[in-house]
Amino acid sequence: MKIVTGNDLKTGAVTWWTGVDWSLYVDDAVDVAEQGEAIAAREEAARRVNAPYVIEADKTADGVRPAHIKDRIRALGPTVRMDLTLKPADPESRDWVI
Amino acid sequence: MYQYDKYDQAMVDARVAEYRDQVRRRLEGKLTEDQFKPLRLQNGLYLQLHAYMLRVAVPYGTLNARQMHKLADIADKYDRGYGHFTTRQNIQYNWIKLEETPDLLAELASVEMHAIQTSGNCIRNISSDHYAGAAADELVDPRPYAELLRQWSSFHPEFLHLPRKFKIAVIASETDRAAMRLHDIGIRIVRNDAGEVGAAFYVGGGMGRTPMIAPCIREFVPLDQLVTYSEACLRVYNRHGRRDNKYKARIKILVHELGAEEYARQVEEEFAHLLTQGIEPPLAELERIGAYFADPPFETGASDTLDLSDPDFALWVERNCHAHKQPGYISATISLKPVGGIPGDASAEQMHLMAQIAELYSFDEMRVTHAQNIVLPHIRKADLYAVWQQLDEAGLGTANLDGIGDIIACPGLDYCSLANARSIPVAQKISERFAANGKGDTLGELKLKISGCINACGHHHAGHIGILGVDRKGTENYQLLLGGSEAADTSLGKITGPGFDEDGIVNAVETAADVYLRERQEGERFLDTYRRIGMEPFKEALYG
Repeated sequence: MKIVTGNDLKTGAVTWWTGVDWSLYVDDAVDVAEQGEAIAAREEAARRVNAPYVIEADKTADGVRPAHIKDRIRALGPTVRMDLTLKPADPESRDWVI
Repeated sequence: MYQYDKYDQAMVDARVAEYRDQVRRRLEGKLTEDQFKPLRLQNGLYLQLHAYMLRVAVPYGTLNARQMHKLADIADKYDRGYGHFTTRQNIQYNWIKLEETPDLLAELASVEMHAIQTSGNCIRNISSDHYAGAAADELVDPRPYAELLRQWSSFHPEFLHLPRKFKIAVIASETDRAAMRLHDIGIRIVRNDAGEVGAAFYVGGGMGRTPMIAPCIREFVPLDQLVTYSEACLRVYNRHGRRDNKYKARIKILVHELGAEEYARQVEEEFAHLLTQGIEPPLAELERIGAYFADPPFETGASDTLDLSDPDFALWVERNCHAHKQPGYISATISLKPVGGIPGDASAEQMHLMAQIAELYSFDEMRVTHAQNIVLPHIRKADLYAVWQQLDEAGLGTANLDGIGDIIACPGLDYCSLANARSIPVAQKISERFAANGKGDTLGELKLKISGCINACGHHHAGHIGILGVDRKGTENYQLLLGGSEAADTSLGKITGPGFDEDGIVNAVETAADVYLRERQEGERFLDTYRRIGMEPFKEALYG
């Protein structure tokens, strides 16, 4: 699948396109097929996201998993500060990143 | 230390106001990201993996308690309670919100700090010896010269759009503690045969994709021509440096392609012209700046002995302290590399504590080192044990300076959008491995440096052992280098062979250390042994 990601303009937080809005959680990302570039351009012009881009990802039983490690780290947070990740209480949250 | 005059403060305040307006226009949609990006970068604001990152300048690494307290307050108020001290004596915050940056910069300005020229193709923060003004082996304090160059290079209209970024280091001792020859311009303050003090210029060094050691292009520039000669060096670069290929745009490429001799000839030609233009500030200005760096009121007759009966304290003194020019005083380095910790990170609480200690015991002064530690430059020996106790209690008493646990590491793929691999977890695993097996205590000086990409922010080329993280088909892979040095005996490390995975590189470092332990002769550091026996014994042990 192809998904769209970027950063929130005001806060810089990593966000994922849900089909109608932007979410902090990668599991909310939807397959945009070939519409990714158009969505990115439209949303950036509307200042709802900063520096969006389209990436490859897999839909697994556990959730949406970006194909490249860089985007998996973006989805999780720094692997060396689990207390700062989106789900700091989840002991298995790091397992799918590396 | 230097204090802003009305011009410095007015310039910084005006920049904050200008930037506040730029952010407002960006948030209102009147500026696109393409239009806004160069404006935010001029104020040190990057967009990194997880959020905006702000890099704050610490000129030549010197700061006082009020400034460190402010950095801690900013960590708490605008970030997530910590900051990351960098390999160019600055500090970075990783979780900054764009909408809050104008207020943050205004707070920085209130303590004479800013983030100007910490990014972009301009002259960056001038770095220096972290023991400047304190070291027993220095000729003079190099910081007045660094400050003069800071003032010259700040908002210099001719040099705000160079072919590429530009880094200058100034030192004043034979011992190079600032990686001087790995800078675009390295300046060493020297005394000539006539007894006059001047500056030797080394131009065209750097790390990154194409590491080079700067050649000396002039052995002596009189102090009243320092700015003029620097301007000539920059002008030749600005005129001929490549702008068509960012990978060939640094001055090191120009000097290499022209040849040091031809580059120096062109600089001399430009220098002769500039001397007719009268751009050099009067020596009185240098003397005015120098007055800010006068010695603090050291106590005369202070006890020059230390009670080393506490073995942990004795070890810390042996490893982390440095001889001071004033009898009865010593410089102490606070390691920001606890076993398994993140190199260079400090919590707001730790920053507050370091500030308190500096104010009480170090004449209100601290230094950020390029090795991502903090120096208390002027501690009375009689106070050192009390200082160490307070540091140790706060997790800041690790005795590992210049050892294998004192690892330089860039933020790597955990934070940086340019990185190909993570640096920090590798540093943590190596630190833990050598603490657990006890070998760390037997290795002596062994400088290990890790970069998460070829840009070399972690100085891997200059590590006795260097590690470079690369992306191999979407997987992190780590190359091992041996034999680098950023000290006066500057050398560039060589790659041992095929790379390793994350666990493999930790094993490889231990293997290299074991070769050293087996082969070393009396008094040899790892680097000395490597230089004596060469790469082959290490390759044999690593690859069989």
